[in-house]
Amino acid sequence: MANTATLPPAPASAPGDERIGRRSPIQKFLGRPEVGALVGAVVLFIFFASVSPTFTQPNALATILYGSSTIGIMAVGVSLLMIGGEFDLSTGVAVISSALTASLFSWNFSLNAWVGVVLALVVSLGIGFVNGWILVKTKLPSFIVTLATFLMLTGLNLALTRLIGGSVSSPSISKLDGFDSAHAVFASSISIGGVEVKITVFFWIILVAIASWVLLRTKVGNWIFAVGGDANAARAVGVPVTKTKIGLFMAVGFCGWILGMHNLFAFDAVQSGEGVGNEFLYIIAAVIGGCLLTGGYGSAVGGAIGAFIFGMANKGIVYAQWNPDWFKFFLGLMLLLATIVNLIVKRRAELK
Amino acid sequence: MNAKQIDQQTLLKDEKDPLTHTPVHLLSLEGVGKHYGNIIALRDVTMAVDNGRVTCVLGDNGAGKSTLIKIIAGLHQHDEGVLHVMGDARKFNSPRDALDAGIATVYQDLAVVPLMPIWRNFFLGSELTTGWGPFKSMDVQKMKDITLKELAQMGIDLRDVEQPIGQLSGGERQCVAIARAVYFGAKVLILDEPTAALGVKQSGVVLRYILQARDRGLGVIFITHNPHHAFPVGDRFLLLKRGKSIGYYDKKDITLDELTAQMAGGAELAELAHELEQLGGHTEALKEVQAEVAGVAEAADVADVADASRENSPRHA
Repeated sequence: MANTATLPPAPASAPGDERIGRRSPIQKFLGRPEVGALVGAVVLFIFFASVSPTFTQPNALATILYGSSTIGIMAVGVSLLMIGGEFDLSTGVAVISSALTASLFSWNFSLNAWVGVVLALVVSLGIGFVNGWILVKTKLPSFIVTLATFLMLTGLNLALTRLIGGSVSSPSISKLDGFDSAHAVFASSISIGGVEVKITVFFWIILVAIASWVLLRTKVGNWIFAVGGDANAARAVGVPVTKTKIGLFMAVGFCGWILGMHNLFAFDAVQSGEGVGNEFLYIIAAVIGGCLLTGGYGSAVGGAIGAFIFGMANKGIVYAQWNPDWFKFFLGLMLLLATIVNLIVKRRAELK
Repeated sequence: MNAKQIDQQTLLKDEKDPLTHTPVHLLSLEGVGKHYGNIIALRDVTMAVDNGRVTCVLGDNGAGKSTLIKIIAGLHQHDEGVLHVMGDARKFNSPRDALDAGIATVYQDLAVVPLMPIWRNFFLGSELTTGWGPFKSMDVQKMKDITLKELAQMGIDLRDVEQPIGQLSGGERQCVAIARAVYFGAKVLILDEPTAALGVKQSGVVLRYILQARDRGLGVIFITHNPHHAFPVGDRFLLLKRGKSIGYYDKKDITLDELTAQMAGGAELAELAHELEQLGGHTEALKEVQAEVAGVAEAADVADVADASRENSPRHA
């Protein structure tokens, strides 16, 4: 709409044509949601590489990728959810809830660790389902619904852990059957050319690939964009809006389960009070990656780049031997810059 | 309701009632009403839609046009009366139901998702897929090709179907929505005020698409408050006012002037003139309104039918 207003009236003989086609490939590229984040990531990488010689060493890169993956795995689900027009404040503690479920259940009944893992998956998907179900039934904003879930889960994590395990931390499950195999699946390292790369990095990459494929190449992806862009229009053309939204919350739950299992099996116990505040990191990664808070626009790759920026800044400050106190300041600054860049890029690309 | 035996040959060409072998309307409403709590939004509306015919629904703001289409489109359910599709009484629970029954709606404002590319919008909710099971993916190239082809047939020549649809002009967006409905085999096409936000030229373009859709054998319901847009393309006219039908005419029974007179509401204008007179000091405005009243009265006199039908049965003659 905007472009037709700014352009001179087209001659009637050639309708539509001369208004399109002048978009060069570069402009097209700049119109992608993740461009702002990509530029930011490159700038940040060059910056840290120049101030700290250790930053570009393979081991350091593996560490950065690991740090990024712990955010990135969740950012995949959160990005999809944000494209679908909602967001979730309960993700940070839901990850811990998942880990606690697995550890407390299998410890309490002295079961194989895998039983707990499966139960945790059910609980994680269940939390997502409840979030989504309440949201579509009550039509309350997702901010309120998930804030409530966030508080309830925070309380449940602490209370149930103390009630069952008798401590603020879940009891060690390293002696249980199946712990070693679960550890191998969720928390091992894979050696690539002598560099130990954590398995979460691969989970992250696989999840991003699947999410991108779903988003760009399947009808579910089409529906996700549509429910976030205009839920009423989507409903009017027959898109199952409620199912899509509930499904997105459950996808976030699934990502939370993977990360929760990693948190549990990387050690053998979880602190019940952990996770608070992490939900914002996931949202920040998605926003830096070009997902609109209002929905309908964004990409899974963008969220991954956002998470990578986060990982670089987090570890880069250490490698540059600065005081880590500055980290949050940089994070805030990057969020602001990234969103402004996204806004400008998007506006310009759309006007062209 | 017997809305005349309007070209039942056309009606029977594609479809017929399998049970009775009597001609049926593609879509018909009989005494349909709807209330929200104690507010009566619509009552006693009777109309019919047939293949290759345009039924216009005219009315001012708040006349109940939106409620009427929402009932037909499956967004709301009616509380009174019967809605027949091909002779079967139906009640749609969701837009999907209505779509499955072959009723597609093109909404004025929520026809499309602005940030999504044109081809994604075109196939939204009815995506083409290839592959099977978990590997089922959208047939992107085919969808893009079809979008391009269908829009070209509608006279929109696009080079880039990747464009967000929000970049198209209002008229073009309407056309995409119409082309989409036609492509997906809609039998009944509801157009909700497609010309309301458009300029003269763009309105003309949209009206042409309405005729194209009609010529392709669709039954079209054209909602508008502009009799000048409705009259040239319409075959039947349903006039709504304050949630009630105030007239249902065949094109041969009414002229544009009568239609305008009924729409404008002579009584309201006369009242306005009276009020201005009482206030005093608005000579210029008063004269204008009085001239208007005279014009409307003249048209109504010529019609005569219009007045009679407003007082008596407002049904189709």
